Amino acid sequence: MAELWFGYVWPLIWIVIKIVLIVAPLLLSVAYLTLAERKVIGAMHLRRGPNVVGPWGLLQPIADGMKLFFKETVIPTGTNRAVFILAPCVTFVLALIAWAVIPFGPGLVLADINVGILYLFAISSLGVYGILMAGWASNSRYAFLGALRSAAQMVSYEVAMGFIIITVLICAGSLNLSAIVAAQKNLWFVVPLFPMAVIFFISTLAETNRHPFDLPEAENELVAGFNVEYSAMIFALFFLGEYANMILMAGITTILFLGGWLPPADWALFTWIPGPVWFALKMALLLFVFLWVRATFPRYRYDQLMRLGWKVFLPISLAAVVVVGGVVVAFDLQPVLR
Amino acid sequence: MAETQIKNFTMNFGPQHPSAHGVLRLVLEMDGEVIERADPHIGLLHRGTEKLIEYKSYLQAVPYFDRLDYVAPQNQEHAFALATEKLLGIEVPPRGQAIRVLYAEIGRILNHIFNVTTFAMDVGAMTPVLWSFEHRELLMEFCERASGARLHMGYFRPGGVAFDLPDGLTDDIEAWCDIFPQCIDDIESLLTENRIFKQRTVDIGAISVEQAFDWGFSGPNLRAAGVPWDLRRAQPYDGYENYAFEIPIGKHGDCYERYLVRIAEMRESVKIMRQAIEMMPAGPVKTIDGKVAPPKRADMKRSMEALIHHFKLYTEGYNVPEGETYTAVEAPKGEFGVYLVADGTNRPYRCKIRAPGFAHLQALDLLTKGHMLADIVANIGSLDIVFGEIDR
Repeated sequence: MAELWFGYVWPLIWIVIKIVLIVAPLLLSVAYLTLAERKVIGAMHLRRGPNVVGPWGLLQPIADGMKLFFKETVIPTGTNRAVFILAPCVTFVLALIAWAVIPFGPGLVLADINVGILYLFAISSLGVYGILMAGWASNSRYAFLGALRSAAQMVSYEVAMGFIIITVLICAGSLNLSAIVAAQKNLWFVVPLFPMAVIFFISTLAETNRHPFDLPEAENELVAGFNVEYSAMIFALFFLGEYANMILMAGITTILFLGGWLPPADWALFTWIPGPVWFALKMALLLFVFLWVRATFPRYRYDQLMRLGWKVFLPISLAAVVVVGGVVVAFDLQPVLR
Repeated sequence: MAETQIKNFTMNFGPQHPSAHGVLRLVLEMDGEVIERADPHIGLLHRGTEKLIEYKSYLQAVPYFDRLDYVAPQNQEHAFALATEKLLGIEVPPRGQAIRVLYAEIGRILNHIFNVTTFAMDVGAMTPVLWSFEHRELLMEFCERASGARLHMGYFRPGGVAFDLPDGLTDDIEAWCDIFPQCIDDIESLLTENRIFKQRTVDIGAISVEQAFDWGFSGPNLRAAGVPWDLRRAQPYDGYENYAFEIPIGKHGDCYERYLVRIAEMRESVKIMRQAIEMMPAGPVKTIDGKVAPPKRADMKRSMEALIHHFKLYTEGYNVPEGETYTAVEAPKGEFGVYLVADGTNRPYRCKIRAPGFAHLQALDLLTKGHMLADIVANIGSLDIVFGEIDR
């Protein structure tokens, strides 16, 4: 009995507890990211943003969530019902399970697997299916165009992202995310790989369908793009998934380039602050840039977006793999970088 | 393998679409993302303005003009007032003319700032529109102080303007003229040299001078194609010949230049507004012909004749001698013309309205053929289309 308890049941419960400990704050931060977005963009627009529900509008995300939860779920007649409902679930679940390998601090990770970065890459590649399914199942022309755009866009930018990740791997010498962070003990990779970090960040904008790459849901062209037919809770799942993906991408960028949970310098004051706080701060900074970009830039056109991905980012990142790999091997820099 | 027939993708763009600028319904035939044919359907905002005006006295017709291009209402009133004055053969006193010029330029800025920034929003930049609305609101406040209405002023009437300006208004407008160029600079800092904005607009929807003439272009859209044609300069009205201003022109007539021309015109309008305030003469604001302009309120308390005139003017109106006229003004969107036929009674026999947006919308198919879906949105935005005047 004891063996059953300690061997199987307790570990399972412990994992579930850990999952809850990750997912609950994650969903809360998604909710408040939407508020932050409205507040930050509001400030940039010289307006106030939500300020009525609760003090300084702090309860606005709760109110929005309640509204979406209690609304009727409309499923249009022409749709393929099963796929239509499955699509947002796919997006949402994929946005959550990627967090399994993200290290929040030394040892603070649900699954410290050795191929963490590959796992992340695989999960984010699957993300396109949610949108594709939604666009196809909606049986709407706007949604269909949105899905087509999305499929092309996410695939294109993943190629460039893959090569940039390889440059990081060359420097870090490991696929394990904790090891990648540990390798930045002396020098964050953003310094030696600065252009790569910029391209990676831009690619994450495209990967999460954010401005200026928000073509799949371009309001002014496709009304709402792939999710034009969605309402109520199934729409909320898309919405949550999208914002969880934003946070995830900010997390990945932090781990790959900004030294994850490491403090900026090894000074006493900085090291007193726990690692997860540093991790969160860096993600917050990146997320702020996400919002800032949205308030600033116009949107790309479909062919321009493709050109940027295939003709600019891909050659640069491909060259970067050769150059970084060559330099690191020729001068035996890996131990130094670590 | 058997040859398969590939059908184009037909898409219904609007009338309920965020970029339809009102109630435009476009039937798009598309090959993937590329537009093969754009077929605009109009009439969803048809209110029978022209017919309604035939059953109204000349004064009662004024508010209908506000509701044509509701982005810059006073400029439409201007055309109707000028047409009626021409038929009546009356002169507007200099102060009335200066006030009209001042408010016509306010209307131009109201329109251009709205168009430029919503165009930016159409290509995805959401911030300029919110920055500009601050100033649009200030301008509407000036309208309210002059006429009592923020938007549909009903202020330019045959014979002059309805009321004189309240004390201190010109000082406030002058102060606004000092701060407004900063707002244009801010908007330009986000758009003019922005690479994405340029990629989205340069060489999109370009139109040559010949094509522009063929399709009846006017206003900023024609000037962007390279023709320095401006009715304020070509056939001045209300003393526009006394004002110094430049006519900005473009070269290629693409979306980007239409945007640049409008930005430059706003700066010119500010100049004209300053001059109008500086040169503002004293004197009456409407004609002193008591058969057209209503008497002063105070006179009505004392003079029987004034009371009778007031009653007659606001019930029966005035009779306009037989005749016809085509009178056009340089409205912000282009040549806004009124063809007015009077039959000697107190109501127009016919009032045909020439709306610039109608001609511009016709060219949409020409401008967008072979472009992509995103470009049609940029084109609609840069042509400056408002459905109030197109559907009438």
